[in-house]
Amino acid sequence: MLHTLSIGELGRNLNSGQISSVELTRHFLARIERFNSALNALITLTAEQALAAAAAADAARAAGGQGPLLGIPLIHKDIFCTDGVRTSCGSRMLDNFIAPYDATVVAKLKTAGAVMLGKANMDEFAMGSSNETSYYGPVKNPWDRTKVPGGSSGGSAAATAARLAPFATGTDTGGSIRQPAALTGVTGVKPTYGRVSRYGMIAFASSLDQAGVFAQSAADAAIVLQAMAGFDPRDSTSIDAPVPNYPATLSAPLAGLKIGLLREFFDGLEARNAALIHEALKIYRSLGAETVEVSLPHLPLSVPTYYVVAPAECSSNLSRFDGVRFGYRCENPKDLLDLYTRSRGEGFGAEVKRRIMTGTYVLSAGYFDAYYLQAQKVRRLITDDFRAAFAQVDLLIGPTTPTPAFDIGAKINDPVTMYLNDIYTIGANLAGLPGLSLPCGFVDDLPMGLQLIGPHFSEAKLLNAAHLYQEATDWHRRSPHGYE
Amino acid sequence: MSWHALLGNPMNLTRQDVEKIAHLARLSITAQEMPVYVTSLSSIVNFVDELSRAQTGDVLPMAHPLDGQHQRLRADVVSESDHHEKYQANAPAVQAGLYVVPRVIE
Repeated sequence: MLHTLSIGELGRNLNSGQISSVELTRHFLARIERFNSALNALITLTAEQALAAAAAADAARAAGGQGPLLGIPLIHKDIFCTDGVRTSCGSRMLDNFIAPYDATVVAKLKTAGAVMLGKANMDEFAMGSSNETSYYGPVKNPWDRTKVPGGSSGGSAAATAARLAPFATGTDTGGSIRQPAALTGVTGVKPTYGRVSRYGMIAFASSLDQAGVFAQSAADAAIVLQAMAGFDPRDSTSIDAPVPNYPATLSAPLAGLKIGLLREFFDGLEARNAALIHEALKIYRSLGAETVEVSLPHLPLSVPTYYVVAPAECSSNLSRFDGVRFGYRCENPKDLLDLYTRSRGEGFGAEVKRRIMTGTYVLSAGYFDAYYLQAQKVRRLITDDFRAAFAQVDLLIGPTTPTPAFDIGAKINDPVTMYLNDIYTIGANLAGLPGLSLPCGFVDDLPMGLQLIGPHFSEAKLLNAAHLYQEATDWHRRSPHGYE
Repeated sequence: MSWHALLGNPMNLTRQDVEKIAHLARLSITAQEMPVYVTSLSSIVNFVDELSRAQTGDVLPMAHPLDGQHQRLRADVVSESDHHEKYQANAPAVQAGLYVVPRVIE
């Protein structure tokens, strides 16, 4: 059962010659063939290129090439530009867009020898928490196909959960890696803002967007993040700081680690969900960690802050889609204004237009100070709360989401209710902090996620804490029925 | 007077407000779509209005999550090669290397 093996185990099998990358790639392509029509997790399949890349990886290995991702298949979220391959961002606007270059994340994983199987479905322009805003239709949750997989990286999450690839890339602007990871029972990592390059990643909210990874375990995620992270001169907000060796510290003892329990995350949290978090805390205490309660008084304002800052940045970023240089153009425009407005009106879906208009409103004359500037001030208050908390504790812990996966169609017509799904994840984006979600049990037979948040550049510690939890539990090894 | 009082609460956007926003955003909104946006944008504006409760007197606005970052400069040397044919392959209409749009000047 190749799809149940870790990246480390797959690498050993490839090194020993027990399997080839071509065989491994065929195995996952066959799973995609079998399961994707029911899940709608992938929207572009690159089977031919994958088999060629796998053959090249096998040849490289035969010639002495090495590396933990050499010949390992993956799926990219369709927000990352892939040279010569359609990059739609889940939108009609880019339905016919063939990216002319590789995103840095794509290039780095290609250099590491990873084999792209295809591109994952996603909420349109990463705006959504349920993967229902995609032009290509909703992604189904493999644990229950009447439920959403979360969003915006819903295709990447569902594909990882159904073992359609050993790992997948994603992006997280307000929780778009951690929330779907929680709702599909996989491990998802959102690194520190600036840790992974944003070059070639289609922009939504530039001060919040960050690329990361979905994997079956923290140990696998550490291997992938190692290949993705690092300074990129082509991203003006990339951080020029050395990347630690993430796999090397996975098993460091947790004795003396101080974990802060976020009081605000438990206000109104359903008892069964809270019980899972308290079970996890017991495990951490048994591993030698100390747990204390901490408060971030401004955290409840993180959702309204986000829904000013993110739409404001989105309205500016998405102004590039004008029907002139790339993307959708309306039929028979009567003049230039008609070309702009109809191309945008017809090319963007409902939620994207809603966010562009929200952003336009909060940036418009007379409202800028009241909304945008005020939100930026509250953003600092929230960030200062986190800074004060990290003066007392090493990591913060809490739930990733308020509830398990909800029904497809349940929230799509009520944007504010949908936005509240991200109540526990948005704070880390506003403050630029790394966060990680890992499976911690089930409510109503659906997976729930435990969230760890750390100070800037603490990915190694987050992965270490997650790995030791996964050594002590087996939630991350549970597989949805029918996909074993 | 606080901006909160200035705006009034609850804040209900009118159809004219949404038409103006859509024009600023260069989005054509159909007659069918319009009522949904009037309702949903009003509920979003009311929701984010909660921010007015925060005491932010002399707090500095935060535009970037990592303080102390500054715009990097690089040497003024050519770093890009010409890819215009590849890039323009994605354009809806191109002639002689130029993007074609409806006539602007009569």
